[in-house]
Amino acid sequence: MDIVLAFVIGILFACALYLMMRRSMIKVVIGLALLSQAANLLIFTAAGLHRGDPPLIPEGALVPIAPHADPLPQALVLTAIVIGFGVLAFTLVLFQRVYMIIGTDDLDQMRSTDTESTDLKTLPQQEVHEH
Amino acid sequence: MNINSANILLVLPIIVPLTTASLGLLLYQYNRVQFIITLLGMFTHFLSAIMLFAHVTQNGIITVTMGNWPAPFGISLVADQFSAIMVLMVGIMGLLVFIFALADITKTQIQYGFHPLYQVLLMGVCGAFLTGDLFNLYVWFEVILITAFVLLVLEGKRQQIEGAVKYVTLNLVASFVFLSAIGILYGKVGTLNLADLALKLEHFDEPHLISTLSLMFIVAFGIKAGIFPLFFWLPASYHTPRITITTIFSALLTKVGVYALIRMFTLVFTQDPAFNQQIFILLASLTMITGVLGAVAQYDVRRLLSFHIISQIGYLIMGLAIATSLSLAASIFFMVHVIFAKSALFLISGIINRLKHTYNLKAMGDLYVTCPALSIMFIVAALSLAGLPPFPGFFAKFALIRAGLEAQHSVVVISALCVSILTLYSMIKIWAEAFWKTTPENCETVTPLKTLSIKSSFLLHMPLISLVLLMVAMTVWANPLFELSRTAAEQLINPQLYIEAVKLSTP
Repeated sequence: MDIVLAFVIGILFACALYLMMRRSMIKVVIGLALLSQAANLLIFTAAGLHRGDPPLIPEGALVPIAPHADPLPQALVLTAIVIGFGVLAFTLVLFQRVYMIIGTDDLDQMRSTDTESTDLKTLPQQEVHEH
Repeated sequence: MNINSANILLVLPIIVPLTTASLGLLLYQYNRVQFIITLLGMFTHFLSAIMLFAHVTQNGIITVTMGNWPAPFGISLVADQFSAIMVLMVGIMGLLVFIFALADITKTQIQYGFHPLYQVLLMGVCGAFLTGDLFNLYVWFEVILITAFVLLVLEGKRQQIEGAVKYVTLNLVASFVFLSAIGILYGKVGTLNLADLALKLEHFDEPHLISTLSLMFIVAFGIKAGIFPLFFWLPASYHTPRITITTIFSALLTKVGVYALIRMFTLVFTQDPAFNQQIFILLASLTMITGVLGAVAQYDVRRLLSFHIISQIGYLIMGLAIATSLSLAASIFFMVHVIFAKSALFLISGIINRLKHTYNLKAMGDLYVTCPALSIMFIVAALSLAGLPPFPGFFAKFALIRAGLEAQHSVVVISALCVSILTLYSMIKIWAEAFWKTTPENCETVTPLKTLSIKSSFLLHMPLISLVLLMVAMTVWANPLFELSRTAAEQLINPQLYIEAVKLSTP
């Protein structure tokens, strides 16, 4: 089972990184989503897979019976899923705004922060507010 | 767990901004009330940071484990001298930049929730500085990240959201690398408490796995800190938001990445110092050089200063690379100085923008004649950044270079010295273009000097004057302050102190 999951995680990472290197924004978002799932699955697998050994303490005992699943990675994954969900939701909204304002989903068109306008007439101006 | 004052001091820098932010969100319709609550919250946060700092300076490392669990099971909060210094910096910078924001942030942005977001950002940064648990550090990183995203695009301009696309994507990749590294580390070692990790990794029998993991952490924190091959999101986004937001980002966010690197590589990954040293020496030199070369080419003040952030990160990493008590002390001293100097420079560029309506150096001029006081403050901050005596930057660089020479790392020392000269060059460029030359006549975009109202003039200049006075104070009391950094460095060099402090909190 570990081997299968290792391959699944590897393929997920590869797909995610491939998608993120594309020029289309929507592929970048899908890439981010896959990356988040790959990381979650990695935590889950790396901490050890146990089947049918719940970490419950039987009546009268003080510690759970020896082979038991570790509940902590599941808590970590749960937190990571929630955070990943929130961040991804923000990214989606951001990318939708980008599409509305710039009118393209081609990342290569988004160069206005990297090139400097040397023409003094077209300098980006910041309006001044007094209050 | 008995509730004593030390425990409360440790959580206050996190709880206070959280409370302020929650109240601010509830009262988002009542701008006036929200403002008063935020102002009160800011002062309380500042006081709590000072009290924590004073307590740690007097009594050494303090620690508390959440939820009354024994140490490795609950989440530990730890404040050693280094954390305390950084939390104090958050207190100072949070308050000063907040005062500047009152004259810079527009009403619309306040209605979009600037105040609560700012508080959550400060909470995240304090949390990252105080936590003693790796997964908790990840959570704080995400808190910082998501507020930073929103603050970055608060105005919704084209440049900002373009910058945000780069910022968001690259920083999320860093988060996922960090998360994967945490997963593998937990799978191998079975704990995420930093002190416990340090103990268990001391006699770990798979050194190659640990080296690989440490590289994953370098990549993750390196993206956040903006070190050499990973910094490209920073100059693409930092110059786009309003200057208040740029200032607080430059003061705190990259420093969190550096803090995490220093913490991990003095406490947890100490098995193979030679391997770490090789990597960090290389990264430090390249970060300094590429950062300053990028800066020299710029004509937009904010872009120029953003590239300087990167180059200064190189110096901080240099202290970590040499990893002696002197070099780490120099790094900490440098960090404090660079936060003051760089914030002062960003605030000056903000004031210039208010007067000249531009960030382009070519369109500026005459400021030496019209604003002599501003010019003097610029000189103090700029020369300090370049490392000329008698300003605090000199002491920081002197100690760093001396540590480098003592440990015989000539390459990084030579690049540090050359980068200093280039830093001076780019500062002189700002001086010559903005302050000395006469405003070019063909610049129709340049409006005549605008007289600011007394209130906004006070709000804009007060934080700047405080920063310059703090820098002068750092010069006058350089020795005791360096001794303090030395204490912090000693604690970093001897991780035993940290580990013992955390273990002591077991009931």
